[in-house]
Amino acid sequence: MQPAVEFQQISKRFGAVQANRDVSFSIAPGSIHGVIGENGAGKSTLMSILYGYYRADSGKLLINGAEQHIRNSQEAINLGIGMVHQHFMLVENMTVLDNVMLGTEGGFRLKPKRHEVEAKLREICQRYSLEVDPLATIQDLSVGVQQRVEILKQIYRSANILILDEPTAVLTVQETASLFEVLRLFKEQGKTIILITHKLQEIQEITDQVTVMRGGTVIGSVATKDTTTAQMAEMMVGRPIVTQLPRAAYAPGDTVLEVKDLNLVNSQKVSLLKNVSFNIRAGEIVAIAGVSGNGQSELLEILSGMRLPTSGKLQMQGKDLPFAGRKDADGLPATFRDLGIAHVPEDRLRDAVVKNFPVMMNSFLGYQKKLGKSFGLLDYKSILKNCTDLLAKFDVRPADPHLRIALLSGGNQQKVVMAREIAANPKLMLVGQPTRGVDIGTIESLHTRLLAMRDAGIAILLVSVELEEVRALADRILVMSSGAITGELKAEEFDATEIGCLMGGIHTH
Amino acid sequence: MNQADLPRWATAFALPLLNLFSALLVAAGVIYLLGESPIECLGILINAAVLNPEGLGYTLFYAATFIFTGLSVSVAMQAGLFNIGSEGQMYLGGLGLTLVLLWLDSSVPGWLLIPLAMLGSAVFGAAWAYLPGYLQAKRGSHVVVTTIMFNFIAACLMNFVIISILVPMGGQNTSSRMFADASWLPKLNSILPVLGETPLNISFVLALVALVIYGVVVWRTTWGYQLRATGLNQHAAHYAGISISKTIIITMMVSGALAGLAAVNSIMGSTHYLPLNFPAGAGFIGIAIALMGRQHPVGILLSSILFGALIQGGFDLSLEKANIPPETFIFIQGLIILFCGAMENLYAPALSALLKRKEK
Amino acid sequence: MFDDFQFSSILVSTIRNAPVLMFAAMAGLFAERSGVVDLALEGKMLAAAFVSAAVAFVTKNPWLGIMAGVGISAAIALLQGFVSITQKGNQLVAGIALNIALSGLTFVVAQYFFQQGGRTPDLGEARLFDIVLPGSAAVANIPFIGWFYTRLIGGHSVLVYLAFALIPVVHWVLYHTRFGLRLRAVGENPHAADAAGINVERTRFMAMLCAGVLCSFSGAYLSIVQSGFFLRDMSAGNGYLALTALVFGNWRPLHTALGCLMFGFFAALQVQIEGVVFPGIGKVPGSLIQMIPYVVTVIVLAGLMAKSVAPKAIGQPFVKSR
Repeated sequence: MQPAVEFQQISKRFGAVQANRDVSFSIAPGSIHGVIGENGAGKSTLMSILYGYYRADSGKLLINGAEQHIRNSQEAINLGIGMVHQHFMLVENMTVLDNVMLGTEGGFRLKPKRHEVEAKLREICQRYSLEVDPLATIQDLSVGVQQRVEILKQIYRSANILILDEPTAVLTVQETASLFEVLRLFKEQGKTIILITHKLQEIQEITDQVTVMRGGTVIGSVATKDTTTAQMAEMMVGRPIVTQLPRAAYAPGDTVLEVKDLNLVNSQKVSLLKNVSFNIRAGEIVAIAGVSGNGQSELLEILSGMRLPTSGKLQMQGKDLPFAGRKDADGLPATFRDLGIAHVPEDRLRDAVVKNFPVMMNSFLGYQKKLGKSFGLLDYKSILKNCTDLLAKFDVRPADPHLRIALLSGGNQQKVVMAREIAANPKLMLVGQPTRGVDIGTIESLHTRLLAMRDAGIAILLVSVELEEVRALADRILVMSSGAITGELKAEEFDATEIGCLMGGIHTH
Repeated sequence: MNQADLPRWATAFALPLLNLFSALLVAAGVIYLLGESPIECLGILINAAVLNPEGLGYTLFYAATFIFTGLSVSVAMQAGLFNIGSEGQMYLGGLGLTLVLLWLDSSVPGWLLIPLAMLGSAVFGAAWAYLPGYLQAKRGSHVVVTTIMFNFIAACLMNFVIISILVPMGGQNTSSRMFADASWLPKLNSILPVLGETPLNISFVLALVALVIYGVVVWRTTWGYQLRATGLNQHAAHYAGISISKTIIITMMVSGALAGLAAVNSIMGSTHYLPLNFPAGAGFIGIAIALMGRQHPVGILLSSILFGALIQGGFDLSLEKANIPPETFIFIQGLIILFCGAMENLYAPALSALLKRKEK
Repeated sequence: MFDDFQFSSILVSTIRNAPVLMFAAMAGLFAERSGVVDLALEGKMLAAAFVSAAVAFVTKNPWLGIMAGVGISAAIALLQGFVSITQKGNQLVAGIALNIALSGLTFVVAQYFFQQGGRTPDLGEARLFDIVLPGSAAVANIPFIGWFYTRLIGGHSVLVYLAFALIPVVHWVLYHTRFGLRLRAVGENPHAADAAGINVERTRFMAMLCAGVLCSFSGAYLSIVQSGFFLRDMSAGNGYLALTALVFGNWRPLHTALGCLMFGFFAALQVQIEGVVFPGIGKVPGSLIQMIPYVVTVIVLAGLMAKSVAPKAIGQPFVKSR
């Protein structure tokens, strides 16, 4: 039987980066095929080539046995290839119907086709138990339902090869189970599913075949039943993962941060944080685990002064944080910093650095008021010295203070940010997704730094979607789901399944 | 079209020069279509604006005004704000200094009068920029459209003020009365008589000082750092504890003050009364200068001198060639803004390819 | 005092003032809904005003003039598209640049051809004249209905009727055609449109073309219908007022048209107030009255009149992000 998709020696380079190198494997029709790898492994590039966003530099792509040169997404669609992206490709202020019709309107006037499309959509929803109202507006739908709309779009276009890019990143446990049911139905109908993910459990659960990629090449392509998660992890990472780093005995000091009944309601009256209460003591790492989008980002924004809560109490070393009576958070982060709160933001390029500034000018971002000489002049000599010291201490490469920070790798950028915040000698350190977009070697060094800070008596709040990271670092684990804390565990009580349930909204207390 | 691929000298010099050259090339084409020889016109222009010492004096005189309006627009751009309102802010600046002079010019000696009048112009210019800044910061109203509206409002307001209030009884001109001698800025031809009868005055020196202060403040102070961070990445600036509202409002006020100071040169240095419509487009030229000079002090200086030459040479040219009226230079100004401000990357891929080929 | 106040003529004037803004606002609607900021409405308007007046004068035919105006405005719109879409340049700067360049160029070219200080000569007969609706003579004397039919509804030039007829057409195109759906998608989430196989850049160029064509009528109206000649800078800020009407109307055709009518009303009021003696204040100076539309604009932009949400992707050049 012809493979549905076959890659032969696909290579693609972007400037200095070889994103795909001689990638070769095939995908059987009527199967669910997983493609697994870390950030930067080349999976997304490969799928973009399949979907027509890029052209490969060399190599052959065969669809159902015939060689194809897919020049744009329209050609991919014509070949029966559909893609559900990680970031949904939906127009928020339009209905499901209009979103599906976009690109396949069938004529200058919309009205004639609208009824036909609506009927067909309802039929597809029935057949695959998708439960989507074609006349609903996208922005009124939950993330899980929006994803179903994306899938609906592809089925409507008679996609036979469906690519799903990290589909469960924003789903609850229950939503993921529903999704997998739908995928199984598709497989029964003879459709081919390509699942891009970094979650080993999912591969085990639903795929027939898995291809592991690392550094732009294929490390292995095997039947799922013939391998284990440990083997896959090793192929993915290249060496056994060290999960236990040395740390001092757990001996937390006084309470540094007290959060009481924190609530956040946004302008659309959606409750993003619901009566969140917890505390962090000196010398401990409290980790907040949970799928992205359950209020963790908003919590970090509030604790760092970047956003105001709707109600609730925040106390830093027994004193209320000064946000009462304010209309907005403009300028508030400076006050929080003065009180000893440091922040390593989740979105590095958006919040943590000014990407067009050189490293030197980023090395004091947030602390610029402390560097003035007379007349408000910046003390460049000491800034340069501090920066050079920092770069050496944290092994940033290249160690050039004058280089634009955008030219550094993600890991090195993160080192600069971390170095900056640590150098401020904070009492409380807020850290969001510290190892997102960071290479393996740097991950270990960043984790070591965080543990060193903890051992030195600093209170640390860690927000991470990576359970492995949570397990490696946390003294206490709080799980958030839909804006509320659903459970708390001590480090030694770590249980992935229980945490998974808590993430899915099942409260244990 | 990644400017990051190109070395700094390319983005700082080569591209802007190529863009400027393109604009002038288009202008030359239009001049040719109007029936004149571009080369001949260029010759007349250079002669009138640079080679002739008196003409050079005029060129530098205009440049002094443009340095201030160019700085005004540049400061705002550093914060990510596109201040189109320099024209109106300059106009109101003129009102500010006029009010000070009308009140004090017979009672206060020159050494105090002149600084006070300059203060008046700066304050009024800043005040005129305050509301657009406030609306942008607090209500998200786009500063481009609000400042354009304020230009129109300024024109109407000043029309009323000058004609209905300031014109002295029985006066024929649409302007205020003449100001006392104490307010007249010392001319530079007293030091350099070769300049002849030009209005070039100490404002030029002040403009140079302003450039230096701008350079120091924007690149070497904490406030300048906050300014640039806000302009490059508002999210990161907020993270860094910078108050975006305050930065926007204060920046607009500084920008307005600089535009207001531009009035000092033409009024206290040349006309010595407040005439109708005296800015005559200087505020818009400031936009061209900020874009052409890439908001850098040296760039602003060179661009201002270039534009001074264009205006001065343009006057003489229009006297000689009826088909090239002064409005031609408004057209050229628009071309420069287009090429230097909106098409900066036009030559980047070609230049990048050229450099890569040379590397091999 | 209020004897001088002719409310009926204010209404008629409102109808006659609005088309300038309406054509320009509809033009801006197409451009901005597709994600391109159009600050150059002013420039396109001015260029069309000049070219249509010049061609109408030379050919003695207003329709040829209008067609020429459409041509020049469309050409400028495509240039604007090249800068904003293909070159991914700063759209605000591009708009301002074009306005300044065209302000100078129209004067220079007018001077070159007509030698009348940068204006065209009077068009005389080569203008569009008021249309008298059938049956006007019969109802002319009936109180109110007579005025309503012959002066308010009837008695305007054909471009006025075109402007008003355009509103439902624009609405239909935007919400009930494939072109409109794609245009709106491209302005809200160009990545989604791209993923659906739509050519984002081409759609935006089409939108710019529509903007160019529509804006030309605004300019032609100014020179051929309203004044009968071209004068330097005769657009007088109407391009920016049209943009404000868009903000006021939340980028929706009907609401935007209402905004244009509002501005038209203020312009008409302005003319009426001049010369009127108010108790206590006396006559209001002309220049202060002229300020009114601009002040209203600032009030609208300050969000004091309506909350408005711009198309999400506006002003951001589309770069495929992979």
